[in-house]
Amino acid sequence: MDRRDKMLTAFKHALLDVDRLAARQVMEQRDRDMRPIQFAEKVVLPVLEQIGAGWQDGTLALSQVYMAGRICEELIDEMLPPADPSRKNQPKMAVCMLEDHHTLGKGMVYAVLRAGGFDLLDYGVVGVDDLVKRVETDRVTVLLISVLMLPSALKIKSVRQKLIDLGCDVTLIVGGAPFRFDDQLWQAVGADILCENASDVVPAIEKLMEEKK
Amino acid sequence: MNQVSMTSMQRVLTTLGHREPDRVPLFLLLTLHGAKELGLSIKSYFSKPEHVVEGQIRLLAKYRNDCLYSFFYAPVEIEAFGGEVIFMDDGPPNSGEPVIKTHQDIRNLTMPDVENTPCLARVLAATRGLKDRVRDQVPIIGVVMSPFSLPVMQMGFDRYLDLMFEQPDLFRHLMKINQAFCVQWANAQLAAGATAICYFDPVSSTTITTRKMYLKTGFEVACQTLAQINGPTATHMASGRCLPILQDIADTGTAAVGVSCLEDIRAVKAACKNKLTVIGNLNGIEMRRWSGEQAESHVRDLIGKAGVGGGFILSDNHGEIPFQVPDEVLMAISDSVHRWGKYPLPTGISGKE
Repeated sequence: MDRRDKMLTAFKHALLDVDRLAARQVMEQRDRDMRPIQFAEKVVLPVLEQIGAGWQDGTLALSQVYMAGRICEELIDEMLPPADPSRKNQPKMAVCMLEDHHTLGKGMVYAVLRAGGFDLLDYGVVGVDDLVKRVETDRVTVLLISVLMLPSALKIKSVRQKLIDLGCDVTLIVGGAPFRFDDQLWQAVGADILCENASDVVPAIEKLMEEKK
Repeated sequence: MNQVSMTSMQRVLTTLGHREPDRVPLFLLLTLHGAKELGLSIKSYFSKPEHVVEGQIRLLAKYRNDCLYSFFYAPVEIEAFGGEVIFMDDGPPNSGEPVIKTHQDIRNLTMPDVENTPCLARVLAATRGLKDRVRDQVPIIGVVMSPFSLPVMQMGFDRYLDLMFEQPDLFRHLMKINQAFCVQWANAQLAAGATAICYFDPVSSTTITTRKMYLKTGFEVACQTLAQINGPTATHMASGRCLPILQDIADTGTAAVGVSCLEDIRAVKAACKNKLTVIGNLNGIEMRRWSGEQAESHVRDLIGKAGVGGGFILSDNHGEIPFQVPDEVLMAISDSVHRWGKYPLPTGISGKE
């Protein structure tokens, strides 16, 4: 096992044990030439991806995914404050819940993206019309919608239609429980990308950025 | 020995005894469809217990169901704690802003008076009305949220997880209040005529909590709570996984478990053998776009995998069928259970030679 593998393993264990001190220790003991954004990319994100995959295959619990995301967000926020120039040059993004007060999923997406060095707007809980208006005003080009309830998922179709009517070119990324139980639902509501867990969001956005180069 | 035709009550009790009744019992756990039957909005439907009684009785007859479901909507308990309920035209009422916003709110939280809280009184009145109509022919299933899962609606999922991991004393305090309420609420429903109580506990599922955490929290809470409920209970994971904790769930004293379509029903049934009756596990979300043939195929497959030997009730995997599921699909599910679920199960369906 090389040094990086050891670092990844130690960081993963710390996160799964909800051990903030151990996680911080891994961060502080990184090589001197590893910049904060590199720590986010090479350590934090791969570990969060492994943890997300573990939840998807049923070997890890959502509480572990949530706490891991939170610890990482705290660590990265400390190293890379919101306006830090080392944060990524990225598309204008926003995340929201659609007429649904179950905000855990949205919080996890927000935490993972910020832990990965991205910035994004948090619209909180919004209705369809308010959401469309804000996306247009803020010139958002990547909209992430997290839902828990089926009716909220079905309302995404209306968001998509209204964005088209306004001529807004927005990539719609969706995720949440209803999509895990129906693999055709994301396409039926007009989404562009389905993320089955929060940590899928970063590779999806990196791929988008790559395609738009 | 199977009788030619049992009442729904006999059928359910037989399967709960891990024996084969005349056919696989069907629990179509319908709530919102009652409003559709009566031509009412969802909000109006739940405003009067008489509506729910009439809706449930119509659904019972229409789909030849084996239970009545006195459940109104999950946030009824939040409403009782003073919280907001948001009604929608096409889905279950949702809980609004959390009632617990600060740690002090937990310290100040008081238990609602079950008999004198209007939203709970409506559920109790509906339960009494249903009991008057069916006596002991059909089981009436009452519902409580587990004290361990209720805080997701009381304070929001993220803040609840923070509390669980970081504030163990306050967590225990909240559990104490919720447990006292849950026991009183369950026993009031039983006294009003409910046959059994469905204890919804998705936070205990391994989808949400590790087994290690569950044993320290949700398991302890369930053991203490269920012991004080004066009737049989079924624990429902509301789509969450539970295969690794089935023995633990059995140890809480519950009689049945509602399981997820994400798990292998054969493995679940094997793990539950002679300990827990399995309730499940049709995919309610996908169900809204099934054809009649697909519904029949899913039902037949499920009966084949889980029906043998009793200890099985065919149902959806969430404990509530979405409003968007069309009547034709519900009818196809019912027809298929009546066709393929007769014991002894047809050769081929059960994997028998």
